[in-house]
Amino acid sequence: MEALAFSDVTLELGGRTILSRVSFAIETGEFVGLLGPNGAGKTTLLRALLGLVPARSGTIRVLSGAPAAADASIGYMPQTRSSAVGSRLSGWDFVACAANGQRFGLPILDKALRFDVDRAIALVGGADLARRPLVELSGGERQRLLLAQALLGKPRLLLLDEPLISLDLNHQKSIVSLVSELNRELNLTVLFSAHEINPLIGVINRVLYLGNRQAAIGKVEQVITSPVLSRLYGTEIDVVHVGARVFVMAGAYEIERDEHRHDV
Amino acid sequence: MFEYEFMVNAFEAATIVAVASSLVGYFLVLRGQTFAGHALSHVGFAGATGAVLAGISPLFGLVLATVLAGAGMGFLGERFQHRDVAIGIVLAMSLGCGLLFLHFFTAYATQATALLFGNVLGVEAPTVLALLALGSVIVGALATISRPLLFATLQPELAEAKGVSLRRLSMIFLVIVALATAASVQIVGILLVFTLMVAPAAAAQRVTIRLWPGLLLSVVLALVEAWLGLTLAFYTDWPTSFWITALGAAIYMVALLGSRQKHAASGMHEHDHHHHGEDHLMRGAVSGTGEVKRLSPRDEGIAAQARPLSSSSHEL
Ligand SMILES: Nc1ncnc2c1ncn2[C@@H]1O[C@H](COP(=O)(O)OP(=O)(O)O)[C@@H](O)[C@H]1O
Ligand SMILES: [Mg+2]
Repeated sequence: MEALAFSDVTLELGGRTILSRVSFAIETGEFVGLLGPNGAGKTTLLRALLGLVPARSGTIRVLSGAPAAADASIGYMPQTRSSAVGSRLSGWDFVACAANGQRFGLPILDKALRFDVDRAIALVGGADLARRPLVELSGGERQRLLLAQALLGKPRLLLLDEPLISLDLNHQKSIVSLVSELNRELNLTVLFSAHEINPLIGVINRVLYLGNRQAAIGKVEQVITSPVLSRLYGTEIDVVHVGARVFVMAGAYEIERDEHRHDV
Repeated sequence: MFEYEFMVNAFEAATIVAVASSLVGYFLVLRGQTFAGHALSHVGFAGATGAVLAGISPLFGLVLATVLAGAGMGFLGERFQHRDVAIGIVLAMSLGCGLLFLHFFTAYATQATALLFGNVLGVEAPTVLALLALGSVIVGALATISRPLLFATLQPELAEAKGVSLRRLSMIFLVIVALATAASVQIVGILLVFTLMVAPAAAAQRVTIRLWPGLLLSVVLALVEAWLGLTLAFYTDWPTSFWITALGAAIYMVALLGSRQKHAASGMHEHDHHHHGEDHLMRGAVSGTGEVKRLSPRDEGIAAQARPLSSSSHEL
């Protein structure tokens, strides 16, 4: 069954075309990596799926409805998330603030919501983190609680925007394997954006690669190839395999890795 | 001391203002906007003195100026609210304008002192009623927006994605801060609003990391500050505002030192587990007694129910 689909979709921001006539479909239960250089439109694509960026033309379907309509069944982890870093509130309260947090009234959760918060925290193995103030958590620990937030309300689709940013290799691995388990055990459809393909190799079912306002979707070995990436980057790209790892090169210059460094 | 009507009025006024401003202060501290709040009171000085010059009530000028400034700051958005230099310049200029307005009305020197440093012992019965109305509006409005406000404070991007208007919320909150400022000025004056609004909240956030205990403690500390301040002023004849600010500083220092020490001693935050346990008494069977262990039986129970991923233990 199809979880989400773009057909002939054009997305614009402030008059600039970000994606031009892009089509693809993702099946229920798939774990798809969303790759592409900085500014390729990964965040914009995810926001379009949430109904926050309207399609200029074409149609977007999410969980067989229009975007926005399906809001509650989508778990979203936004990319920018620095604001709460200095907060002295507990991890539990941090996760809980997102449980129907948009409603007016007092921040009091009923039994069902409190149980949902506990469940989401347990799913990411975060019981210990929930008792500590946010300000004392490491980047990886915070990322775990953000993932718990995305799991509130038992979503069927997870949209994760760069969960690996500013994490070291071990923490990256642990987040990827956690998401992979959630994907398999809860049959969640996952769209996971990242700068670099290597942490996701062997885990994702397919990759959706953005660049040059275009998109390519397929198995890693079909998409991470010289002809496909050359088209998406608009320049001659070499793909070098070293063991299980892949390096995307433009001449002597390693593209993905360098992109990644910008953000760290 | 309660045989004097002015002391009764003072206690009533201080109680109302302490409750309202400490609740507002809790969110102000959480949002990292304490400096913006501080500046609002200074804008109020220009408003109040300007009102005197124009021949209208200083309280009206105070409320009008702070509310307009609060709404304006909220409208200008997150980035402006953290621009300390810009806010500082607005703050200084407001004081300057207030000074100029006073210059034309030298007869109002005592009123100026009252505005700047407060005159809680001079509060009369009608003012107490006005403060009660103002306090109710402040607490009511804050209660209405507190849930989305917390969400927008801790997770702005997600809140926005869920349909929360960050700008509108920020404007409403800063208007509430403006009203709380206007109320606090009656007690401690423009220059000292900070201690009544920020010190109890900041101390409470040092002591507990849980939301509701934090809010409650913030109110309790503000009441202690206000009541003890008034009592000390009554028996020493020193200014009430001095005692309130001194107590505010003392409370914050103790909380800071206390949390440092506890931190050094344990490296954990076990005291807070009790509160966490209290929040979850609903599951009789699995809920523990708020035990202070790393993984309480309750958590294991939930983990067993919720966690399909039994084997691996994601250590970060
Ligand atoms: N409000 C905006 N108006 C115009 N362009 C924008 C706006 N926001 C982002 N962009 C541009 O849209 C492009 C895609 O951004 P984004 O989706 O964030 O890329 P990614 O997440 O892949 O790094 C970038 O070139 C960015 O500069
Ligand atoms: Mg992005």
